[in-house]
Amino acid sequence: MSLWLTLAVNSIALGSLLFLLSSGFSLIFGLMRIPNLMHGAFFMLGAYFGVTLLWKGVNFWLAALISAAAMAVIGGLIERFLLRRLEGQVLPQVLLTLGFAFIIGDLCLMLWTGDPWQPATPDHLRGVVQMAGLYFPIYRLVIVIVALVVAAALWLLVDWTRLGAMIRAGVDDAPIARVVGIKVSQLFTLVFALGAALAAFGGVMGAPYLSVYPGLDYEMLPLALIVVILGGTGSLLGALVGSFLIGFLYNFGQAMFPDLAYVILFLPMLLILVLRPQGLFGRVAS
Amino acid sequence: MSLLTPPRAGLAIALVLLVTLPVWVGNTYYINIASQILLWAILALALNVLVGWAGLTSLGHAGLFAVAGYIAAMLLDRGYGHFTADVLAIVATLATTAVFAVLALRATGIGFLMITLAIGQILWGIAYRWVSLTNGDNGINVSTRPSLFGLALTSAPAFYLAVLAVFLIALASMAKFASSPFGASLRGTRDQSRRMTALGYNVWLIRFLAILFSGFWSGVAGLLFVYYNQFIGPQVVALTTSAEALLMVISGGSGTLLGPVMGAAIVVVMKNVVSAYIERWNLVLGVIFILIISFMPEGLVPGSVRLWRAGVRRLRQSRSPSLDRRSAASPDGRLTPSLRPERTP
Repeated sequence: MSLWLTLAVNSIALGSLLFLLSSGFSLIFGLMRIPNLMHGAFFMLGAYFGVTLLWKGVNFWLAALISAAAMAVIGGLIERFLLRRLEGQVLPQVLLTLGFAFIIGDLCLMLWTGDPWQPATPDHLRGVVQMAGLYFPIYRLVIVIVALVVAAALWLLVDWTRLGAMIRAGVDDAPIARVVGIKVSQLFTLVFALGAALAAFGGVMGAPYLSVYPGLDYEMLPLALIVVILGGTGSLLGALVGSFLIGFLYNFGQAMFPDLAYVILFLPMLLILVLRPQGLFGRVAS
Repeated sequence: MSLLTPPRAGLAIALVLLVTLPVWVGNTYYINIASQILLWAILALALNVLVGWAGLTSLGHAGLFAVAGYIAAMLLDRGYGHFTADVLAIVATLATTAVFAVLALRATGIGFLMITLAIGQILWGIAYRWVSLTNGDNGINVSTRPSLFGLALTSAPAFYLAVLAVFLIALASMAKFASSPFGASLRGTRDQSRRMTALGYNVWLIRFLAILFSGFWSGVAGLLFVYYNQFIGPQVVALTTSAEALLMVISGGSGTLLGPVMGAAIVVVMKNVVSAYIERWNLVLGVIFILIISFMPEGLVPGSVRLWRAGVRRLRQSRSPSLDRRSAASPDGRLTPSLRPERTP
């Protein structure tokens, strides 16, 4: 019993981390149609920032926020000064983001060496809570709560605020949105920075659980990709459902077929591509 | 007299130089670099079929390349002969490519790229994590090279000549492919897929066959690679390899025959030179990507030609301002067709 429960809790926690990673990816790739191949690198670099801050004795939450802010600035600058010039040109965007992914990955290896960094779980998040006779580790629960809060906030932002309406207008028809006075390119920089910040925040949140090591970027990037393909591009609900699905598949796969766990992750993606290419919650392209 | 036009003469000279390369180069190290350039050029040419002519960018070609290498290595390791192992490896690569194509062709443009990336990562996952099958991080050694017509390929010059022969066949097949009606229809699906559908072409099938063709040559390059190194490991399947292949295509100029070959030469030489001095190949690779995108989006070879011409023109203009007004007024040819955003019909 306890094995399955542990697996389930881990799955939900991993799913929550994946949501923090892939919600940003979903905004950038799904809404803005930018193939951001440096998203995994954002996650890893954010995690390294966080680990360094934690090592200097900064509070866990403060470290996560500072790291997210730093990554928002980096992401925003890259979008504003480099990606913006390549608007609508897929191949150059791919090469540019891939180039940055390689640079960030190699710089991280240079600065933080090849050894894994695993910060201790912060004191106030240690221990377990008892619910209905079962014990749950606080840290994992907190990750889940954070992810749900972020999900709700993003949903409110995109679907229920003026800013969200402006973003959606910019995505649906940029020229008309500009005509009615929406500053589309500034909004897109903002969305890109938000996506980068979410990735970095997720990286710090996950650091005590996943640890941070070279190659983490290329492990996370395909996961974000699968989640978005599964859930449907541009759908936050899809990203949420997809994240938890992958979280469960990864943990249970790891326990039952350790050799094949990584491959099993991709099976639902293949099924979805064959049966429902727009994804579980995706809109059919008009 | 018409037998010896300048292009043909150039081709003949290049051919003679390539065939006699072991003689005039002499040094084994440089002959090996030449073999590497040629085998990577085959992969770059194969990827170019998709990137340049089909307008489909794949980031999963390292997977197809490695499937052939791995299958051959595994079969050789289990005691099969070279011929059987190689044929089965190519068959397995074609089968993998067919699955790859069916899945990736559920989308075009950015979606195609993302799906190929994901499939490439699955193959990497198998190579790296399925230890009982692929020996994981330790990879598989291949103890022998085959012999062709009684000629052992153990020495560097002999192996070079074998790679050259395969390369020339690949190049000839690409040239034939590009000038064939099928090649023309493939370029048609790149530029105007809706119009091609309306004209009665089966766009999906054309793309599918192009991917198979590309997969076949990727597999051949993978076989040459595994025989060259006599070893294959999961690093080969990593995204870096796919990215390097893409860099070869883009840097030389996609959609041309010689571009990917030049690109392969540039990347292989650079990788060998850079690795001799610093360990930071990935960093250099990334910087090159960004520089190319920023300054020469059409590729290094056409880009250098453009910058050179622009420089010459500016020089002339400074002498007589009215000389080149016509070409200055024409829209600058900054983007090659493959780099242009996909047209919305």
